[in-house]
Amino acid sequence: MKNNSFKSFLAEVGDISAFAWRFFTEGFKPRFEFNELLRQCYFIGYKSLSLVGITAFIMGLVLTIQSRPTLVEFGAEAWLPGMVSVSLVREIAPVISALICAGKIGSGIGAELGSMKVTEQIDAMEVSGTNPFKFLVVTRVMACTLMIPVLAILADIISLYGGYMGANIRGVVNWDLYWYQAFDALSFSDLLPAIVKTFFFGYAIGVVGCYKGYFSNKGTEGVGQSANSAVVVASLLVFVIDLVAVQITDIFQLT
Amino acid sequence: MSTLSQTVEMEKPTAKGNAVVSIQHLSKSFGENHVLRDFSFDLKQGENAVVLGKSGSGKSVLIKCIIGLLSPDKGSINVLGQNVPDLSQEELDRMRVKVGFLFQSNALYDSMTVRENLEFPLRRHWMKSTLDDVDGMVMEALENVGLGHTVDMMPAELSGGMRKRIALARTLILKPEIILYDEPTTGLDPITGKEISNLMLDVQKKYNTSAIVISHDMNCVKIVANRIVVLIEGTCYAVGTYDELKNSNDKKVKQFFE
Repeated sequence: MKNNSFKSFLAEVGDISAFAWRFFTEGFKPRFEFNELLRQCYFIGYKSLSLVGITAFIMGLVLTIQSRPTLVEFGAEAWLPGMVSVSLVREIAPVISALICAGKIGSGIGAELGSMKVTEQIDAMEVSGTNPFKFLVVTRVMACTLMIPVLAILADIISLYGGYMGANIRGVVNWDLYWYQAFDALSFSDLLPAIVKTFFFGYAIGVVGCYKGYFSNKGTEGVGQSANSAVVVASLLVFVIDLVAVQITDIFQLT
Repeated sequence: MSTLSQTVEMEKPTAKGNAVVSIQHLSKSFGENHVLRDFSFDLKQGENAVVLGKSGSGKSVLIKCIIGLLSPDKGSINVLGQNVPDLSQEELDRMRVKVGFLFQSNALYDSMTVRENLEFPLRRHWMKSTLDDVDGMVMEALENVGLGHTVDMMPAELSGGMRKRIALARTLILKPEIILYDEPTTGLDPITGKEISNLMLDVQKKYNTSAIVISHDMNCVKIVANRIVVLIEGTCYAVGTYDELKNSNDKKVKQFFE
């Protein structure tokens, strides 16, 4: 029994890897579905902006409020903007944005493609001699890969603004001073790995959501399972990629 | 523009000879379940052949093998001179343009309008020069099924019969030589079912298409069938016209007509 579930796990890893590779083999050959790509960028990027923005603002605010007493205890309150900005930009804003997107976008793609699969819409595209992978998968994975870094950068800015608000609840920090200190603490080696890893987060969320939906079965129950497992696997992958990213940045001494 | 389905009782066109689909010794299993066993059948040009069989007897598997959605375990499926299991993906896509497929569930793209549904295959196959009149082609296809006014509606706003007609228009827009119908009247009331059956007959006359129709709606079978294939236990059990099979003394065949 254990042996079987391990085998099916390995088989699924193999299938997802082949599916992820197919994105590169088919995604860069014409015909390019630009209109669908733009539509997906709108849904994935613009439609997630408010959710990511609110979450980022709250994270910045809460992190600042929580960190303040400890710094005050050591008489290091002046370090608050710098410490908060490094935490937010390096780790919290990209990972929280990616997790929010894994929930919202991963489940959305899983359910949408899953219901297209069980209602034979994907088969209908195939029998009309068109390539459903190119139209449905390549556009969604590409949109996730491009939009999640944009959302993460916006989340960085909004969360820093949340930090400014948090810093001014119990203390008084001048607007110019806050931003000067926040950016002064940041270096290129903080920004670059944080932004690069969000491309991988986006790619993983897109691939997992599409894979789970594209191979959905068992009717409506299967659609629910696809959406659910898309969120679980995508969220887990975000952490795994984050772990790998921190090791790589450590090797290159960018930490 | 005339609507295809106006006529109530129509004369059936007759087949003209050459086989456009030739299936030889086809077998397909799913695990221990042997769905098709050594099935052989030829579809002649201009002919409507109905495949009759119980639910789960492998009718849908048969047409999915023909269109290349499933690959057979054994046997050959020759469609318009090409053996489907041997085709590359590119060749298969080219072949599929000539073979229309009408799904039982219609399979309309529910996030697109009727216009976008019809344009979808058209924009991805036709050369740019012929795409100047996409609107004209879409409207012609819709007028042919009597639903020109639905062009900007979403599939969810349409009734079951209308969705079936739109699905047929989407199939016809690429001007296929062969059409595969998967239970075209299932889930429709008898009147709408009859309208769809007459529409199928009209399509056969107007476009000189050949068709394989999967059905167990005997009213539809009576209207559209030039020839009927009875599929029992995965084999081609009997072949004949509607009247021949209706008057057959074989119990297994007769049960479909009772």
